[in-house]
Amino acid sequence: MRQGVPEGSLSTTFASLQKNALARWQQERSSAKPVITVGTATCGRAAGALDVVQAFQDELERHGIDCPVIEVGCMGHCYAEPLVVISKPFRPPICYSRVNPVIAQRLVREYILGDDPCLEFVLGALEPNDLIPSFQDFPRAAYEQKLLLKNCGHINPLDIDHYIANGGYTALVKALQSPPAHIISEIKKSGLRGRGGAGFSTGEKWEVCNGAQGRPKYVICNGDEGDPGAFMDRSILESDPHSVLEGMVIAAYAVGARYGYLYIRAEYPLAVEHTRIALAQARKYNLLGKHILGSDFSFDVTLFEGSGAFVCGEETALISSLEGKSGMPRHRPPYPAVSGLNGKPTVINNVKTLASVPHIINRGADWFAGIGTETSKGTAVFALAGKIVSTGLIEVPMGTTLRQVIFDVGSGIPNNKNFKAVQIGGPSGGCLPESSLDLPVDFNSLTGAGAMMGSGGMVVLDEDDCMVEIARYFLEFTQRESCGKCTFCRLGTRQMLSILDDITKGKGKLKNLETLERLAEDVKAGSLCGLGKTAPNPILTTLRYFRNEYIAHIVEKRCPSLMCRDLLTYYILPDKCERSCDACVGSCAVEAITPNKQRIKVIDQDKCTKCDMCRVACPVQYNAVVKLSPPQKVPVASK
Amino acid sequence: MNQVTLTINGIRITAPEGEKLLWAALDNGIYIPNLCGLKENTEPLAACRLCFVEIQGRNKPVTACTETVTERMVVDTKGEQCLRLAKSGFELLMASHALDCGHCLKNRNCELQRIAHHLRVSLKPRILRKILRDLPVDDSHPAFIYDPNKCVLCGRCIWVCRNHVKSGVFGFAHRGFQRRVTTFGDEPMGRSDCDGCLECVRVCPTGALVERGAVPRLGRTEPVY
Repeated sequence: MRQGVPEGSLSTTFASLQKNALARWQQERSSAKPVITVGTATCGRAAGALDVVQAFQDELERHGIDCPVIEVGCMGHCYAEPLVVISKPFRPPICYSRVNPVIAQRLVREYILGDDPCLEFVLGALEPNDLIPSFQDFPRAAYEQKLLLKNCGHINPLDIDHYIANGGYTALVKALQSPPAHIISEIKKSGLRGRGGAGFSTGEKWEVCNGAQGRPKYVICNGDEGDPGAFMDRSILESDPHSVLEGMVIAAYAVGARYGYLYIRAEYPLAVEHTRIALAQARKYNLLGKHILGSDFSFDVTLFEGSGAFVCGEETALISSLEGKSGMPRHRPPYPAVSGLNGKPTVINNVKTLASVPHIINRGADWFAGIGTETSKGTAVFALAGKIVSTGLIEVPMGTTLRQVIFDVGSGIPNNKNFKAVQIGGPSGGCLPESSLDLPVDFNSLTGAGAMMGSGGMVVLDEDDCMVEIARYFLEFTQRESCGKCTFCRLGTRQMLSILDDITKGKGKLKNLETLERLAEDVKAGSLCGLGKTAPNPILTTLRYFRNEYIAHIVEKRCPSLMCRDLLTYYILPDKCERSCDACVGSCAVEAITPNKQRIKVIDQDKCTKCDMCRVACPVQYNAVVKLSPPQKVPVASK
Repeated sequence: MNQVTLTINGIRITAPEGEKLLWAALDNGIYIPNLCGLKENTEPLAACRLCFVEIQGRNKPVTACTETVTERMVVDTKGEQCLRLAKSGFELLMASHALDCGHCLKNRNCELQRIAHHLRVSLKPRILRKILRDLPVDDSHPAFIYDPNKCVLCGRCIWVCRNHVKSGVFGFAHRGFQRRVTTFGDEPMGRSDCDGCLECVRVCPTGALVERGAVPRLGRTEPVY
């Protein structure tokens, strides 16, 4: 598939696009007027970013200031949303965190009208300067290396010119001027591995598909991210959809595909909307469609909304769902690269894999292979969630240790609690304890420890989290999301769940653990698709690293982390309870708390529903309400 | 068609090229437990996960229904690993199967009984707990009775109904543990446009689909499939 047009004309066509885009970008950003950007990805919107945008616009209008308010994507600092960046001439761009409409009005009055940068709301400056600490001075900057997230929160995802002005689509132009075989060999040389979880070599996949018989070929982008606690793909699609599109077009050119599908789950309405707009813009600029940029290569992408099945993240299930059948995996081989959508060769890659491709083409395979470890190249994007100070999106080179990711980049555990475990790779991953914290994050070492790189969800657990309950939670998820096709996954997960249910309720027996372990191994070995093969991982890893917690539940009927409701009781410490305070009495929905003669509050255990409201209501200076496990520990109350 | 020679359990057999291992073994009198396979179906469902065998050179047991025979392949159907998986899968199925052989019309002609005999395991689960779905028995159709509690979700009935009869009366519905064979909109079988050809009853390995008014068989007979 060589171009029928001279190579020069391709670059000329693109050069004019690029010139316009740069002119628009420069006019918007480097003019004499201030610019406000607000992060309005889902994380920002949830924190009220749209109100902030409105407040800025109203306030600017009231004062008659001409200042564009641009909506951008997620900057990764999701713990501090809504984030606002104000760039003023002769000032470094300053990022403000946790902005609300009132703060927005104040920022307009005091910083844009006046010249007081309101230091009390500042998170950091985007550029080093001698006034405000910049993001580069943050401890996490030493570890972070933003590649895929470079544009996120920087450009307007709804404006293709912003992407082009920041070096977008240059990789596509470069790719279209070289033969497909060269691109495949570059990707192979870069060592890029699939970011969806399994870590299969992307270059090899493309090579197989390129050599496979059958027309037309397809490229599918898998954006069916369903792991609890993972939001990397969503953020990238919301904040920088063109990077994924560019990767798709390059993939299509490399394997000779004519059509592409972007499979995004319908639960991500904003990602769907942004991608739809991006597709329309790319078509308008002839970066998609027939004869892309005047070359002989034609490729078009259709957006497909997945309707909410976790299993559709599995490639064969995804394809079957695209074909209009129920989303159910099938036996591999044949692999989709040989026989995929409609029985034709199909490349199916994760969002992050495709978004890495333009960088490799632009900066070369050797540069990419220089990042990361021996077996895993490039960067890893993680969604930090759970008991961690800086929740949000981070991107670090492969090989960074878990300790660095959690304690240096993510700023550790909040409220002075102790770290207990980190759950990596969603329901298919495992829980790793403190002793595994010095493991480098890459495909091989995590698999060795019983976890999985997965798509990049990282849920941090502290001392208050019960590992048996965590295993039960994730198994309940996989059990519910199992498609039900094969015996092991459909019935095995159900059996394991019923055992775990019993253990968390204090009805477990020691011999159950043996059954659980054996069953988990069999489900892992016997299941048809990746869902079943990895569903027992949370059980196997918690049994491996936290077996004592299982034993405590079974033998002592005690939940060491005071989380399993059936194994604990609420108790008010008489020596701590304040006679004049009735906060807990009012908070109790079932009137189980009454004051005794000394006006010390006492819980009637028969009425108590263990809703935790009294413990929350008890003022911190008293902290009289405690949880006890096992329930028998409660002293007989004096009425 | 070219023939290939392979060894199963030390016995040399020949099979047509491109044949799946399961059918090559069964045609040569070597039994491998299976429920979801149908020889005519060239795209194996691989759902029942019982036909695990060990092939020399592979580190893990594989399903015989998805494996194409190759020249000089050495197969062991009685390896420790593959039997463990088959037994484990079978016990899982039996733990959610409404076991009532005494009153079941399929008694003595049941694939589950045959597998239990072959694997030398009991029909009642030993370690696992019984988890049943307690779905209503559908006896609305004049020709057959459908008991979803006995169904092992092998999908044979669906395949013959769609591919032989070209009717498509039922299909799979729901997800996970709730998955079941049912008609469109969960209508009773009697109200579907099934004309009662009984092809589905013929392929059903268990007592989930039985002919109305059939007499329990007393003698031991080999199942059709």
